[in-house]
Amino acid sequence: MNNVVEMKDITKRFPGIIANSHVNFDLRQGEIHALLGENGAGKSTLMSVLFGLYQAEEGEILIRGEKVDIKDPNVATKIGIGMVHQHFKLVHNLSITENIILGVEPKNRWHQVDLKKGRAQVVALSEKYGLTVDPDELIENITVGMQQRVEILKMLYRNSNILIFDEPTAVLTPQEIDDLIIVMRNLVNEGKSIILITHKLKEIMAIADRCTVLRRGECISTVEVAKSNPSELAEMMVGRKVNLDLNKKEIDEHKTVMKIRNLSVKDSKGLDAVKNFNLDVRTGEIMCVAGIDGNGQSELIQGITGLTPCSGGTIEFLGKEIQNTKIRERTEMGLGHIPEDRQKYGLVMDFDIKENMVLQSYFKEPFSTHGKLNKEAIKEYSDRLVEEYDVRSSQGSDTTSRSLSGGNQQKAIIAREVDRSPALLLAAQPTRGLDVGAIEFIHKSIVAERDKGKAVLLFSLELEEVLSLSDKIAVIYEGEIVGVLDAKDATENELGLLMSGAKKGDLPDYE
Amino acid sequence: MDTFYGMLTLTLIYSTPILVTALGGMFCEKSGVVNIGLEGLMGFGAFTGATVMYFVQGSASGPYFALLMGMLVGGIVSILHAYMCITLKSDQVISGTAINMFATGVTIYMSQIIFGQQRTVAFNESFTKTTYPLLSKIPFFGKFLFSNIYPTVFIALILVVISWYVLYKTSFGLRLRAAGENPHAVDSVGANVTKIRYSAVIISGLLSGLGGAMMILTQDIQYTSVSIHGTGFIAMAAVIFGRWKPAPILWASLFFGLSQILKIYSTSLGIFAALPLEFFDSFPYILTVIALVVFSGKGVGPKSSGVPYDKGQR
Repeated sequence: MNNVVEMKDITKRFPGIIANSHVNFDLRQGEIHALLGENGAGKSTLMSVLFGLYQAEEGEILIRGEKVDIKDPNVATKIGIGMVHQHFKLVHNLSITENIILGVEPKNRWHQVDLKKGRAQVVALSEKYGLTVDPDELIENITVGMQQRVEILKMLYRNSNILIFDEPTAVLTPQEIDDLIIVMRNLVNEGKSIILITHKLKEIMAIADRCTVLRRGECISTVEVAKSNPSELAEMMVGRKVNLDLNKKEIDEHKTVMKIRNLSVKDSKGLDAVKNFNLDVRTGEIMCVAGIDGNGQSELIQGITGLTPCSGGTIEFLGKEIQNTKIRERTEMGLGHIPEDRQKYGLVMDFDIKENMVLQSYFKEPFSTHGKLNKEAIKEYSDRLVEEYDVRSSQGSDTTSRSLSGGNQQKAIIAREVDRSPALLLAAQPTRGLDVGAIEFIHKSIVAERDKGKAVLLFSLELEEVLSLSDKIAVIYEGEIVGVLDAKDATENELGLLMSGAKKGDLPDYE
Repeated sequence: MDTFYGMLTLTLIYSTPILVTALGGMFCEKSGVVNIGLEGLMGFGAFTGATVMYFVQGSASGPYFALLMGMLVGGIVSILHAYMCITLKSDQVISGTAINMFATGVTIYMSQIIFGQQRTVAFNESFTKTTYPLLSKIPFFGKFLFSNIYPTVFIALILVVISWYVLYKTSFGLRLRAAGENPHAVDSVGANVTKIRYSAVIISGLLSGLGGAMMILTQDIQYTSVSIHGTGFIAMAAVIFGRWKPAPILWASLFFGLSQILKIYSTSLGIFAALPLEFFDSFPYILTVIALVVFSGKGVGPKSSGVPYDKGQR
């Protein structure tokens, strides 16, 4: 028996839904086992049951052949189960060492916390598994990639040998993902067993030994990754054929709708996050601003949409300078915005869908007459959008936005912005954190806008998306464009070099 | 020169209640609970101290016993704040305000029951200013630290050292600091956020009660509804001024203590004589407001302070 974990017939119900229905799952000693499924398929619930955050109503869990009752995470930790949560649980103003030893602090003779001993253990572990960290640095000063290594060290410090990774790559840059894959291999070689929760097929192909697919709370199948392929996995996950190829129409005539010249925007600390920025966005073209997170993309988006004032330069939109105009004026001129943080800027979370659908137009006919909202017209309009854009919810237009899944929240925003058919659609990380089915839909909606002859300005951190969706790619590095290339000729390698600032590319002439 | 030493001594004496209470406030906020009720908790301590003092006058250990009782009552009342903020997850500012109002009401009501008047009956003896035989001969420091001073000052100074030790050298301190920044992190490693926060609020209650009792026993002869006159809020300002760290809080408290005694010296110090006395009355509070305006909103305080811990939220 070399199964370290066996979960048999697990059923977990929440009010109104069955999150896991008779799910079977097993993890072998020394393997990387991926758990694949769309958002809401029950992956996280299943792992929460294993980690003791939830109790299953039915079924049993065996760890190394012995039946266990995992009442809470402390029990899980004791029997060697560790979890790297999607949202890191770190204390920002404590050092790496302090974060790792928190809860099981080494003590000296006088019962003081023995930081020296803790530090030595951290250094030993980080060398053994190739997890480079600076044990004395504060969490707030380190990169997201290093924070994740700290989380991994936390598990290792507690002698966990069954490691659960919850969507570990969602927050990482391509280079950091490569590093993580090496680390995971090291861990397996040292005798650890890994469960990888993800909805990214590419990663599963790259690293997992086996893959269990969940769909709507049910276990579809467990397959050997080597004997499978991405399209088969995608089909199992979504339950139908998924077509990720985008057929774009050939468009020869382009008109420039937005000209950005010498733009600078300051960040919250008052430093120039965007400087001397030039860009042209044209009709019938998807222009993608690609780069590693934190190179000024957020500030640029906020500058263009008007959320933050620009500190210099001009933005010309449809022949008019808009850098000092109000947000509503920009919206009315035909600037659509799919914001990067959909819960912060995209939706009023406690409003229902129909109210969110008219956020920019509630004051206009037919939604409003003489300053009074026209509920029926709003509902009618919203019902149409919900239907057309397949926003799935429990009560249709009357559902509170907060209760929608991430993918459906995003679809609601896409519906609102795309339906206005703006002259320029600014889409910031439109598919962040979404599953294949939703990504497919959103990509098709964006391409449809382009094919209609509208201009699209896309911001994305995912190279795959950048390469498949865009017509032109402008790489941003430290607030400046370091190269503009045709998507047809671009390679992942070249983009990686540009994005990391290792290389400068060609720039068009901006008059 | 004697005036100068006298001023230093008096600064220490007036800083003591601020310092002790501020240390309590620091523990509380570091764990993630805002305690606006420091003022009220001081009131409970002061009332208890003054009452006990009245009944035990004459014995040498009486004042210490009165301090202890004030401290205990402060601690007990703070459980109420802990229960409201941590268990019931209610708004911490409102809970603290309730404690403040509760304190004024209850102490006066109790005075009425015990003494038949709206204040405690004055005690005739309490702590006495002491000049320590050998220590007062130490050059410079002996002159103000060991001459004509209350022993409460030393208790406060020792508490600074203890607070620093607990906060930075023990596992309790590490967990407490973590709980105020990211309680989810603390929870995820198996430490009990609720227990940590309860402990911290009760520590703040004990220290505020002690601070209040110290104040009444060294600066007053009885407890009235205005005995504490905002010292608890000044202590809160001292916590912010001192950036939630024991040693800086000591300096901040001394600074506020000094601002309070300026009134006494205003007539003898030439430069201040021209200003009206009322200016010196309001001076500590003006400083408090300035300190709060200058230092608040800079994001140096514990991140999760004031936010009830909700397991389900991410």
